[in-house]
Amino acid sequence: MKQGKLWSWVIFILGALYFLVPLYATFDFSLHIRRDHLSFDAYANVLNDPRFQAAFSYSLIIGAAAIVVGLLLVVPAAYYVRLRAPHLRPIIEFITLLPLIIPAIILVFGYIRMYNTSSLIPLLGTNFGSDVLLTLAYVALALPYMYRAVDTGLRTIDVQTLTEAANILGANQATIIARVIFPNIIVAVLSGAFLTLAIVIGEFTIASLLNRQVFGVYMQNVGANRAYEPSALAVISFVITWGAMGMIQLLARFAPKTARLD
Amino acid sequence: MAEEFLRIDKLVKSFGGIPVVKGVDLGFNKGEFVSLLGPSGCGKTTILRMIAGFERPDSGRIVVEGNDIAHLQPNQRKIGMVFQAYALFPNMNVAENVGFGLKIAGMPRPQREARVEEMLKLIGLSGYDKRFPFELSGGQQQRVALARALAPSPRMLLLDEPLSALDAKIRVSLREQIREIQRELGITTVFVTHDQEEALSISDRIVVLNAGSVEQFGQPFEIYNRPQTKFVATFVGQLNTLNATVANAGQKTVTVGGATVTIPSLPATLRDGEAVALTMRPEAVSLADGATRDIVLDGKVAEVHFLGSVIRLKVDLGDNAISLDTFNDQRTPPPPHGAPVRIGIASSDVLVLGN
Ligand SMILES: Nc1ncnc2c1ncn2[C@@H]1O[C@H](COP(=O)(O)OP(=O)(O)OP(=O)(O)O)[C@@H](O)[C@H]1O
Ligand SMILES: [Mg+2]
Repeated sequence: MKQGKLWSWVIFILGALYFLVPLYATFDFSLHIRRDHLSFDAYANVLNDPRFQAAFSYSLIIGAAAIVVGLLLVVPAAYYVRLRAPHLRPIIEFITLLPLIIPAIILVFGYIRMYNTSSLIPLLGTNFGSDVLLTLAYVALALPYMYRAVDTGLRTIDVQTLTEAANILGANQATIIARVIFPNIIVAVLSGAFLTLAIVIGEFTIASLLNRQVFGVYMQNVGANRAYEPSALAVISFVITWGAMGMIQLLARFAPKTARLD
Repeated sequence: MAEEFLRIDKLVKSFGGIPVVKGVDLGFNKGEFVSLLGPSGCGKTTILRMIAGFERPDSGRIVVEGNDIAHLQPNQRKIGMVFQAYALFPNMNVAENVGFGLKIAGMPRPQREARVEEMLKLIGLSGYDKRFPFELSGGQQQRVALARALAPSPRMLLLDEPLSALDAKIRVSLREQIREIQRELGITTVFVTHDQEEALSISDRIVVLNAGSVEQFGQPFEIYNRPQTKFVATFVGQLNTLNATVANAGQKTVTVGGATVTIPSLPATLRDGEAVALTMRPEAVSLADGATRDIVLDGKVAEVHFLGSVIRLKVDLGDNAISLDTFNDQRTPPPPHGAPVRIGIASSDVLVLGN
């Protein structure tokens, strides 16, 4: 018992070091832009760079769009699978896992082939078309997380009885999803949303090959030309990602309490 | 008789090839409180869900006020329903829950608020409008569920074992409250339960179901005192069985415990010398003989259960055992275990049940 506890601490500390040492090293390095003393100048340089501001806000906009599209797709789908087609669940789960199995590079080459300027749907011919394609690509990338988050939320409520209760009171399917199901899984939905945002902020491959100036692409550009700023950027993106994760944890506390049976 | 409010015709439903509802015919009157009573799995919920529109019958018709409702979706049927699991919307407070159906129907806010207020008053929860479901006890939640179902003034109310998740005391008081509200509103109500006492105590009429078929449909008094099948007799209330032999089928006489008695309800189809089971309720057996109690048997007290106002004795008659109920008498204690007793039964209270 005691022995086991000791070992689990050793393993935990080793694991933590494996994570934290590079992080600390990066952070420490980012503070050394001035030879003589520590400073946040690298951060100031990054934050004041108009290209950073442009890339970052572009990533946020695409992220928000991916969240909206993803939710419109996933919430009704997960709801119907639970309610009417539980036998399809393994198939749906497999489909939602595909983005984890298929590398992003293959996905994006597929897109470029399908939607290039000489194809039937030349989305890549316009800026807006490319934005749409990028959004959809991110919806696909976030699908495994979004679907699981929403499905977990649905598991905490009695989907069938709530649906029937609302239905017999006169509500149609759209109303039921919007007014009864969605508000009761809002925490799960938000955690799916933050996961999506975290993925979008860190993504590079697809955006780069579609020639979109997202945060990840900006980071890569800076990395190729500067010494200290990339470390500052890495820390910034890390903070944003962890901030999103922290929001998920925080939101879980505000989950609507399910009514008790007694 | 006035035209039936709800008519169910040859209703059939199976799940995965297994028949669950096997040709049910029923007619309910307007304003009537009808219970569907039967053991677990007999199809009560399935029938209710077909009336609500959540399940589609394989065949048969459901007619409300002369109109077949087969083509209507649940949200078009104007039916109120209360579920076993309460099913209040967790994200809405009591007022929003009760007002949900009204909001869907597009009732303007001032009227809606007045109606919600009225409904909360009806169920005795005025002032609870801002509470959320998780802040209410089970009984309160179920009352809110009732108010929510009734608020849009449905033409019919369906309740699927609404009390089974509650503890015994609340179950009794809430069932009385439900019945009172139902009377006040005069709303035709179908109440599903597997609790025979519950069904007997609050229903105008009871449908006894067994394995997807109707065994008997009648008033509680009839169901209890004149059960038409062995299933009804045994499922509803306690029943004693005395083994007897037909002495003379033509004269309706049997021998039981060495005596020959006349049983008015003896079916004519029996033959002399055939074994026959005589059944009777515990309260039809008494510790005294007398003019009306023409079947007299001697035995020993095997068990004494003091239930309060009623004492239930189990009497060993040798080849038969019988339960009987007597009222508690403050001056005379019940006979002790092993005491010899003489019991009397009126032959007119005896039932001879086919299957
Ligand atoms: N959706 C369904 N799919 C398959 N079988 C079902 C379904 N609904 C009900 N059944 C089966 O039909 C039979 C009758 O079910 P029903 O729920 O109507 O019984 P019940 O009388 O309400 O029982 P209980 O008192 O346990 O609620 C049961 O054997 C049940 O397993
Ligand atoms: Mg049931």
